[in-house]
Amino acid sequence: MKVFRLSQAELDDMVQQWSTTRRVYRPATGRQQPAQADCAPGWERAGDGAPLTVAAGPSKASVKTFLFPQPETMQTYSLKSSDPDRALLKEAAKAADKQIVVGLRPCDARSVQLNNLPYRDDPYYQAGLVRTVMVGFTCKAMCSTCFCDQMGGSPMATEGLDIAVSQLDDSFVAEALTPAGEELTAGLDLTPAADSDLKALAALRKDCPQPDNARLDTLKGRDLNTLYKAPLWQGLGESCINCGACTFICPTCYCFDVQDEVVRGAGRRIRYWDSCMFPLYSLHTTGHNPRGLKMQRTRNRFMHKLKYFPDRFGPFSCVGCGRCVQDCPVNIDIREVISDLLTVE
Amino acid sequence: MISYLPYPVRIDDITVETEDGNLKTFKLVFENEAQQKAWKHVPGQFAMLSLAGQGEIPIGIASSPTEQGHLLFTVNRAGKVTTALHQMHPGARMGVRGPLGNGFPIDTEMKGKNIVIIAGGFAVTTLRATLIYLMEHRRDYGKITFIYGARTPGMLLYQKELQEWAKRDDVELHITVDREAPGWNGLVGFVPTIAGQVAPSPENSVALICGPPIMIKFTMPPLEKIGWTDDQVYLSLENRMKCGEGLCCHCNVGPTLVCKDGPVFTRSQVRQLPLEY
Amino acid sequence: MPAIKAARSAGGRGHGPLLPPCVLHDNFFYRTRTDYMPTINEKLTEEIRAQARTLLADGTVAAVIGFARGSLPMTVKPVVVRAAADCGRLVWNSFCVLNLANYLPEVLKSVEPPRGPRDPKPAGPLPKVAVLATGCWSRNIVVQTQEHQVDRERVVVMGVASRGMVSRRKVESHFSGREILAVEELDHDLLVTGADFADKINRWSVVRDNCQTCIHPDPVLVDVRIGEPASARKNPNPFKQVDDLEAQTSAERWAWFTSEFSTCIRCYACRNACPLCYCPTCFVDDARPQWVGKSLDPVDTGLFHLLRAYHCAGRCTDCGACESVCPMGINMRMLTKKLNKDVLNLYGMEAGMQPGSPLPLTTYATTDPQKFIVTEAKAVKEDE
Repeated sequence: MKVFRLSQAELDDMVQQWSTTRRVYRPATGRQQPAQADCAPGWERAGDGAPLTVAAGPSKASVKTFLFPQPETMQTYSLKSSDPDRALLKEAAKAADKQIVVGLRPCDARSVQLNNLPYRDDPYYQAGLVRTVMVGFTCKAMCSTCFCDQMGGSPMATEGLDIAVSQLDDSFVAEALTPAGEELTAGLDLTPAADSDLKALAALRKDCPQPDNARLDTLKGRDLNTLYKAPLWQGLGESCINCGACTFICPTCYCFDVQDEVVRGAGRRIRYWDSCMFPLYSLHTTGHNPRGLKMQRTRNRFMHKLKYFPDRFGPFSCVGCGRCVQDCPVNIDIREVISDLLTVE
Repeated sequence: MISYLPYPVRIDDITVETEDGNLKTFKLVFENEAQQKAWKHVPGQFAMLSLAGQGEIPIGIASSPTEQGHLLFTVNRAGKVTTALHQMHPGARMGVRGPLGNGFPIDTEMKGKNIVIIAGGFAVTTLRATLIYLMEHRRDYGKITFIYGARTPGMLLYQKELQEWAKRDDVELHITVDREAPGWNGLVGFVPTIAGQVAPSPENSVALICGPPIMIKFTMPPLEKIGWTDDQVYLSLENRMKCGEGLCCHCNVGPTLVCKDGPVFTRSQVRQLPLEY
Repeated sequence: MPAIKAARSAGGRGHGPLLPPCVLHDNFFYRTRTDYMPTINEKLTEEIRAQARTLLADGTVAAVIGFARGSLPMTVKPVVVRAAADCGRLVWNSFCVLNLANYLPEVLKSVEPPRGPRDPKPAGPLPKVAVLATGCWSRNIVVQTQEHQVDRERVVVMGVASRGMVSRRKVESHFSGREILAVEELDHDLLVTGADFADKINRWSVVRDNCQTCIHPDPVLVDVRIGEPASARKNPNPFKQVDDLEAQTSAERWAWFTSEFSTCIRCYACRNACPLCYCPTCFVDDARPQWVGKSLDPVDTGLFHLLRAYHCAGRCTDCGACESVCPMGINMRMLTKKLNKDVLNLYGMEAGMQPGSPLPLTTYATTDPQKFIVTEAKAVKEDE
């Protein structure tokens, strides 16, 4: 592992240099900025010379869009009658060029690891992991809606990052943690971190909230049916408007739907984000809907994150980034849901 | 690594199964011989049928692994993809992705046991696959009882085969229709009633039940009455699904993924699940 | 439990001083909690609680739809209260941006005695539901009645004049990224507190655009009055924003449209927060035929927003819920506002203001203006 010390100007210069040969993305600085053609909502291309500033807390849009694009073209085909390969599905060409994501937070880096549990055999996600280099910023402070430390993470965690940038009093420390990270720093004129920098970094790590799962982990031992039948779902379901905001801004919601799109004989099969909040999600062709009630759908999302997923994979499917807490139109707060679930008799 | 790319197949033959024309059996032949040879499934598994421009649908595999060289799928015309499929003709290209799911425990819990198969309506498809497999491996299993009912004689699937199976003395066949019908000399009555009358003792036996939920609900009490337990009864669940590989999450019944953990479950497993199917 | 050391600060400019530790209720999510947020309008809240208690206690209604405290500053939770003892949960403040009429049909259904899909409607009157309603929400109840979604006889409207609801987004952008930890509502100001600041800002300056241009703050239906009635507000041109947009060239308008909707994530919060959107299957969800693609293609996204706006023509009361709930901050209200302007100019109607008359787009009169019907000759002429 190599550790460097950077000023703001040197940090900007480093990003600028990357952007001359690779695509570099950063969290969009303002909503007014129209999403650029090859950028997902909430992200923009870095390298325009503007200084890199990363607002405290998680970025508006999560990093999942880089590994789990909205949409992902899975296969392509032709429906032209003249084509001998008519209706033959072919694997779509996968982008293989490296993309660099700058400015994600430790919670998002952890979400990539969590989603990799169900997606460990998914070719598209795995290809995304290979081509995406993540340059994250650790958090010197937590927002009021952050609770990463309660969900098994930590504001200073570096797990899942290729380069971790931490802010000291008047400078930054960049740790190149993986071969991909070291490759990015190689050949750049960077100042190695001094002992005092390393000490300062270690002090920050020591003082920051440490992963503290003890209390939440009691949820994992709870009986599924008790939680499933808890009375709190009724009230939540009544407030919930069943939009997909929480699921789309969530870094660990990973459901998808598959659709065929044909334009003038050229077809593609895409997968794109779906939301278990939508009634269509579980609707049978017969008209029967196993989760036909709003309450059932609201419950499904929380039960998936807090019970079904940990039962299958171990950790909760939540990194405590607090995006849904911030953006839920009806203020359904997962922290309150967890607190209430812990006290269910 | 999962592959979402369907194998290219051609429709070799289409059989209209029922009098209302809503059920057709599609005989599919692989375009690529190597892929055909590599294909291995167990009865009770399903596959994604893929129509370019329309989408994919999960359908139970109606052919037995012992039927070499082709796959059979009996499809009810209901939604977007099945409607398009029903309009297709022999020779057309489509795709198959799979096999998916767990299938019936033919090599484990079913081995050496008496097998009771109870089917209602067009849920008989994977049970056809199972019965043919059992008959091909006849010595591995005990007594085989096959109970199958439909609304009318014209709604019975696989009629020619039913007649052939009826001639065999190593399978006990009970075919029933809901109401008396002209020209029908067989059993009359709902599946649960017939099952109550002809089901053998539960000793060293396993039952496979597929049909509409209401049929399954009413079939259980007569079986329980003669001593059958939930562990001996296998059911197959259905839910909306997209990937078939346990990723897209659509088919979850509480913590259970129908596509990956199922679709075949024992009745005692199903009873532990929330009512989300 | 380590004490939390610092709060959010402005992007990239170093971090602010320490946030005072606040451990609340032995709750392990200790940083912000509801009781930290005194965003309550005491007088109206007490009145709402008292009236709700009476309505539930004497059996007039089976449920009351209102708001409870939120878990963050400037948020509230829509809730359904079914027992007089729970009425203490209800609150009223300047952050009630959701339209409660949206919940009305479903709650009305929930209080009916259970019955099968083919069972006849039970004889005798069905239980009633009380709902808090400002000017625009009450107009939505009128529209719901006109469209037979709601039985007026079963609704007790707790009418409350709106002072104009505050836009959380405007307040947040006023403090440009510094995290807000508490907001207190004063008579004409908001007292906004963060880890390293406490500022008073003028309330009206951060009121939502739709409320700033609203001329009907008082409910048009009132069964139970909460607070004092408000007189109609004067506004020489409630459609100024639309006029400004219309004054632009078509290229500029197109640039605005593509830019504004480019960040849409298709979560449909705007649709689901809207009391007008009650179709069992929305056109965007339809599979047979599939009208709209499902990914983030700008054509599909734009089509969704345009069609949704047109579905609201003549029915929209400009309550602003769509805009308030959008997680991406898209001003989709401009589309419906434009159509509101057209309906007013063409038919002299405002949704929900004429309970007795039919909705403008469900009726036809020979005197209806027809100039929007594009004839071939006219189209050619306009092209020249």
